[in-house]
Amino acid sequence: MKRSSLAQKIINAPYILWAALFVIAPLIMVLYYALTDSTGAFSLDSVKQIGDYGGTFILSISYGAVATLISLVIAYPFAYFLAHTKANFQRMSVMLVMLPMWMSFLIRTYSWITILGESGVINSALGKIGIGPLPLLNNGGAVILGMVYNFLPYMILPLYTIMAKMDVRLIEAAQDLGCGKLQVIRKVVFPLSVPGIASGITMVFVPCVSTFYITQKLGGGQVNLIGDVIEAQFQTANNYNLGAALSLVLMVMILICLGVLNYFTDSDDEVNGGVLV
Amino acid sequence: MKNTPVIIDLQNISVSFDGTTILNNINLQIHDGEFVTLLGPSGCGKTTTLRIIAGFLQQDSGDVIFEGKNINGVPAYKRQVNTIFQRYALFPHLNVYENIAFGLRLKKMKEDDIKAKVQAMLELVNLKGFGSRNIDSLSGGQQQRVAIARALAVDPRVVLLDEPLGALDLKLRKDMQVELKNIQQKLGITFIYVTHDQEEALSMSDTVVVMNNGEIQHIGTPIDVYNEPANAFVADFIGESNILDGVMREDFHVEFSGMRFQCVDKGFGKDEPVDVVIRPEDIDVVPAGQGMLQGEVTSVTFKGVHYEIIVDVDNFKWMIQTTQKASVGDIIGISIKPDEMHVMKKSEYSGLYGDYSSFSEEFDELSDPTVVEEEEE
Amino acid sequence: MTKTSKLAKLYIALIFAFLYAPMAVMTVFSFNGSASTYKMSGFSTQWYLRLFNDEVTMNALKNTIILAVVSAAIATAMGTLATIGINSMRNKRLRSGVMSVTNIPMMNPEIVTGISMMLLFVFAGTMLGRKDSLGFATILIAHVTFQLPYVILSVMPKLRQTDSRIYEAAQDLGCHPLKAFFKVVFPQILPGIVSGALMAFTLSLDDFIISYFTNGPAFQTLPIHISR
Repeated sequence: MKRSSLAQKIINAPYILWAALFVIAPLIMVLYYALTDSTGAFSLDSVKQIGDYGGTFILSISYGAVATLISLVIAYPFAYFLAHTKANFQRMSVMLVMLPMWMSFLIRTYSWITILGESGVINSALGKIGIGPLPLLNNGGAVILGMVYNFLPYMILPLYTIMAKMDVRLIEAAQDLGCGKLQVIRKVVFPLSVPGIASGITMVFVPCVSTFYITQKLGGGQVNLIGDVIEAQFQTANNYNLGAALSLVLMVMILICLGVLNYFTDSDDEVNGGVLV
Repeated sequence: MKNTPVIIDLQNISVSFDGTTILNNINLQIHDGEFVTLLGPSGCGKTTTLRIIAGFLQQDSGDVIFEGKNINGVPAYKRQVNTIFQRYALFPHLNVYENIAFGLRLKKMKEDDIKAKVQAMLELVNLKGFGSRNIDSLSGGQQQRVAIARALAVDPRVVLLDEPLGALDLKLRKDMQVELKNIQQKLGITFIYVTHDQEEALSMSDTVVVMNNGEIQHIGTPIDVYNEPANAFVADFIGESNILDGVMREDFHVEFSGMRFQCVDKGFGKDEPVDVVIRPEDIDVVPAGQGMLQGEVTSVTFKGVHYEIIVDVDNFKWMIQTTQKASVGDIIGISIKPDEMHVMKKSEYSGLYGDYSSFSEEFDELSDPTVVEEEEE
Repeated sequence: MTKTSKLAKLYIALIFAFLYAPMAVMTVFSFNGSASTYKMSGFSTQWYLRLFNDEVTMNALKNTIILAVVSAAIATAMGTLATIGINSMRNKRLRSGVMSVTNIPMMNPEIVTGISMMLLFVFAGTMLGRKDSLGFATILIAHVTFQLPYVILSVMPKLRQTDSRIYEAAQDLGCHPLKAFFKVVFPQILPGIVSGALMAFTLSLDDFIISYFTNGPAFQTLPIHISR
């Protein structure tokens, strides 16, 4: 069947050109820089150096995994409870969950210094009753806290969305067939919420693994993750080639993680963006 | 109708999509003022045919002639045909009035004329006073009326109706059938109507075009296609039928079920294999031994006006619709008048239909495509 | 299940406290009488006055808003057009290919998106013989790029929901296809376009990581200014 494909080409051309120039080409650039040296000649030096950062990669993944797991554990009951409140309350609560996402990410992170610092809110309160000051800031725990705090809404929203959509009759059917309260959650709610869990994990894990601002502000240089190493190559060390090589590995690593996640959940391509209203 | 001039002439239309043939050499002449129904199961190509006439699809080969002029390349918005869409396709952001006025505004009509026309249309479809209503606030039947008014407002020469009643419930559907037919007769416009519902087709149309697998199987009046189906497909698709394997021994003599019978058909070759169609309501039940054939009753279903009886005659299960009562296990005789036997030439559909051995209510439902489907897109 | 147990309510309240406490603390200290972010010493709006009188900050704010408006406008226009194009693609493989590419900036870590664009700009700059290639243009391109998937993903569902038959119905009644689009399809997808534009705008305002790698000394945004 003939279609007016010319009009279609005119419509698609600007975007396809843009995507090729500014999505595909930059990724090729990463590959190019990773495989050359500072003079632009082909070189595997940067690639060979990646091995030195194996520990950093593992540390980053561990931090990301721990922060993601904590977010999931906190968000899951929250989303479940919220999905079973009154409709008005749900609407308002969703707004309240999203609101912090509109606040500057930097300020959200920075505010924890005010709270956790040596003479911060918590320590000065503790000081009044004769405790402390406790070393709450500049350690791994503070970094994890910062990650969980910053990205918790990204875990809550997909979980809430899927639970709010869940057919109440399914839960009733399960109860009807003899499921206890916990069994309902284990056998019905949980399996049905897997796509939401997957998209929540994606949305929290990726920024956590690659962060550099949180570690710098809340980790005080004590925690050095892959994001910090990459950032340093571009902003201070000026070793673009190594930076590109590390980015390449980071990207591939995350793609593999996402692929594995997708494989297990078979989630829809567009589920991730859909909840980010 | 045949004495009015031809308004649309489809000549050798073929369409294929991704290597599948959707329409295979369609030839169809539609006369001015005629109510033509394209009837067939989903996927038979009826909607495609309609979309080609509307100008939404280009055929791969063949010509569309409108009043003697070839309109092959003419885009939809320049054609003097208007469509009443499946599920109405009303503009949700406009109210009833603006929906109906849509086409008129494009014609740059004066506001007063538009107003008069919209009012007339609202009256025609019995929606007086609904002008300022939102589309969402209307029931399915009301939306259907708006869709009719919108298409008719622009004074089309031909109206194309794509399963327009498919989304309505049975009662409303029957009412709308009558109303649509009345509107068509009142305005004298050509209607080309697409449906998979054979009853709808028979009760509304001047001409029924039965389609299957992208080909026209039979063109004729409702009485024609029912009484003289062109092949086993048409016989089976329209109404219930017992289709038997037979041999035309000579003119007026046909043999089936191992017996030779008198019939009214002629013009077949000597000993030519044929299909014999006998409608269930044309069969008389007589006491065993007195009929032309006899068999055992295997199923009886009460249908209100009649009983539906399945009778096993030498392993061929006949369906009989009769007011006489019989019980499962009875041996009964059946009798058929010569003019109730319709003899057809063998076709690709021979042997596919017409025996009720696998018949059950549920099976009938499953095989009957009453679900409105998005067709061949 | 409409009645919520006390425990559940308490839990919900606790999470909200966790989400909002740091911001409350920040807000309180923004009215602090002294320069400390640790100890409150009297109420004052002096920081706000200083803020509004600080030329560098105000300039950064201006830059941020200009960037957000321009990038969101471009991304919305291009994204909407792209959505229509992608949606009408008949070739399924091509369509899913384009969608995959569209998702890249959303799935990729922001730091990778940021440096990949930086590398492209630096490389292109070297090719063109310009020393300092980073500036308004580059940060604008970067912002449009990362906003595009969000615009497309918010318009796409609206377009999919729109019955394609209303577009045909408009043509059937005599509309030129282009006019038919604006008269009947556009009003249907407008909510998606608006929410896409809003999202693009706020993402731009808040973006730090990608801006961090693609901005130049000549054009600093507020998040960049704050981080320094």
